[in-house]
Amino acid sequence: MIELDHLTVKLPGFQVQNLSLHVGSGEFFVLLGPTGSGKTVILESIAGLVPVSDGLVRIAGCDITRLPPEQRRIGIVYQDNTLFPHLTVMDNICYGLRYVRQDLDQARQRVAHLVELLGLQSIARRRPLNLSGGEKQRVCLARALSTNPAVLLLDEPLSALDPNFREDIRRILKQLHGELGITFILVTHDFSEALYLADRIGVIRHGGMEQIGTAEDIFLRPASPFVAEFVGMKNLFTGCIAGGFFKFGGLHCPLPERMTHDKSVMGVRPEDILLRRDTGFADNYVCYDGIIEQIMPSGLWHEVSVRCREACFRTVMDRKTLQEQRFREGDAVYLGFDAGSARMF
Amino acid sequence: MRMANGSAGASGETAAIRRTVFSGSPFLFLTFICGTMVLLFIAMPLLQMVSQPSAAALWETIRDRAVLSSLWLSVYTAAVAALISFLLGTPLAYLLARRDFFGKKLVESIIDLPIVIPHPVVGIAILSLLGRGHPLGHLLDKIGVRIMGSVTGIIVVLTFVGLPFYIHAAKAGFESVPLRLEKVSRSLGAGPASTFFRVTFPLSWRFMLSGVIMCAARAVSEFGAVVIVAYHPMIAPVLMYERFTAYGLKYSQPVGVWLILVCLSLFMVLRLLSLPARVER
Repeated sequence: MIELDHLTVKLPGFQVQNLSLHVGSGEFFVLLGPTGSGKTVILESIAGLVPVSDGLVRIAGCDITRLPPEQRRIGIVYQDNTLFPHLTVMDNICYGLRYVRQDLDQARQRVAHLVELLGLQSIARRRPLNLSGGEKQRVCLARALSTNPAVLLLDEPLSALDPNFREDIRRILKQLHGELGITFILVTHDFSEALYLADRIGVIRHGGMEQIGTAEDIFLRPASPFVAEFVGMKNLFTGCIAGGFFKFGGLHCPLPERMTHDKSVMGVRPEDILLRRDTGFADNYVCYDGIIEQIMPSGLWHEVSVRCREACFRTVMDRKTLQEQRFREGDAVYLGFDAGSARMF
Repeated sequence: MRMANGSAGASGETAAIRRTVFSGSPFLFLTFICGTMVLLFIAMPLLQMVSQPSAAALWETIRDRAVLSSLWLSVYTAAVAALISFLLGTPLAYLLARRDFFGKKLVESIIDLPIVIPHPVVGIAILSLLGRGHPLGHLLDKIGVRIMGSVTGIIVVLTFVGLPFYIHAAKAGFESVPLRLEKVSRSLGAGPASTFFRVTFPLSWRFMLSGVIMCAARAVSEFGAVVIVAYHPMIAPVLMYERFTAYGLKYSQPVGVWLILVCLSLFMVLRLLSLPARVER
C-alpha cells in the first residue's frame, strides 16, 4: 500500500537517511521512537509536506514523491491543536469536502456518520477555542477522515491529552480503524500506546529504522539494546561469553541459546524477575543472592532494585506481594529468572 | 456589626496589597514617573496646538478651497499608497514569513531602508531615478507619466516610505498563523491559493489592516520627500509649511488641527474594524 524506498529527507539540523518501509493496505502501523528521532518528518514526507531529497514514496504502486499534498488523499492529525480557529466545528469537519471529486450526498452521509461515531453532534456549532483536548482531537479525526483518505497519518495524537481523554481517544482510534478499513500510520514515543494499537511496529532512531516487527516481536525479541531499553527491558548488562556462560558484574548466567561469541549485552525484563526469601526457584532458573537497595512506588506497581555483586537488577512487584513477603530496603533476598527469557545482543 | 466589620477588614486587606505592590518599591515609582513624563511629552504640544485656534478660525480655514483640496489630496494619496503597499507587499511579506532562502537577511534590510534614510534624501533619490535626466524617467515621460510635481509623484514617494510599515505588520500576521494549519489544509485537498484565502488570510487580516493603517499614517505625515518631488499640487503638510513661512504660526495651526482631526477619525474607524470580535462561548 505505502512504500518508502530509500527515503532521504534533509532538513536544517536533522535528516532521515535511506529509510525503507512497507505498510500494507488496511494495516495499523506504529512508528515508535524517542523525541527528535524523525518520526514527524517521516509522516510529513509521506503526506508531501516536507521536500524529499532522495528516494521514493509510493502509494498502491504509484510514485507520488513529487505529487503536491493536496492531490495525495492522505489525511493527517497532529498532536496539538490544529483546528481552524475561525471556523465552527462543523465547518472544520467539512473543510475538505469541496475538493473531493465525488457524490455530494455520499460525502454528507459520511460526515454524518463520522459526527455520530465520534459523538460530535452536541458541539457541531461551537468554535474550537473552548473545546476540551479530547473533543479537539475527535474533531481533528473527523475532519481528516471526511475526505475519505486512503491513508490516515497520526502524529502523536494522544500525547497532549489528559490521561482520561487519552484512553478515550485510543479506544476510538482502534474502533475507527476497524470500521473504516483505512491504513493508519501513527507515530508515538509511548510503547504501551504502540502495543495497544499496532498491527506492526517500526522502531525509529536518529532518522533510521532500528527494527520492524509485530508488537509481540518487538516486545519479546528486541533486536538491539536500544530497542530493548525503549520497550522497557530495563536490565541490560554488558559482559562477555566464556565457557558456555555469560559473565557480567561478578555473576555468570548459563547461555539461553546457542550463542556466537560476539554477543556482549544481556537483557532481562523486570517482570521476568522473581524475588524470594529462599532459593526454591524452578529448575530452569538462575539464582543470585542480593540486597534490596530501593523500593519505589510507581502507580500500580512498586519498582524494586536489587544489588547482586556489581550488578543492579530492577524488578516490579505488586503491593500485595510486597506486603505479604515483608520486603524492606536492606533485606537480603534471592533473585531468580528463567535463563531462557534473557535476551542476548 | 460582624458583617460590616468583615467587609471593612477585606477592603483593608486589598488596600494593604495595593500598598505593598505600589509603594515600598522605588523601581515601580520610577517607572510611574517616567511613564507620566512620556505621556505629557506626547500630549502637551498636540493639546496646545489643538486648543490654540478659535472656532471661527477653524471654520474660516475649512471653507478655504486650497485647504480642503490639500487635505483631500493628503488622504487620497496616502490611501492609494497604502493600497499599493497592500497589493505589492502582501506576497513579499508571506514569502518572508514562510520561507528561508539565501539572502533573506539582505532582503529584510533592503525593505527597512526607507525607514532609516533621511526624508529629503528619499525625494532626491526618487527624482534622480524617475526625473528626466535618467533613461527610466525619460521613458516614463515618453509614455506620458510625470513624476515631478504630479499626484503620481506624490503617490510614488508615499508608497516608498510607507511600504516597510505594511510589510512588517503583514509578516508578523503571517507568522502568527501556525504552519501546521496550512499543512492540514493542504492535506485536506486545498491548493496553496485556496489555503491562503481560506486559512491564512482570515487568521491574519487584522494584522494586515493594522499594517495598512500604519502605512497610511506614515504616508500622511510625509513632508521632506514630497516637498522635493512635488511642491505642487500641495498636500496638507506642504500647505502648512507654506503658510508657516509666509504668514506665521497662527495661519498654519488651523490646517494642522484639521489634518489631525481627519486622520484621527479615519484611523479610529479602521482601528475599530481591526478589533477582535467578541469571543463566543
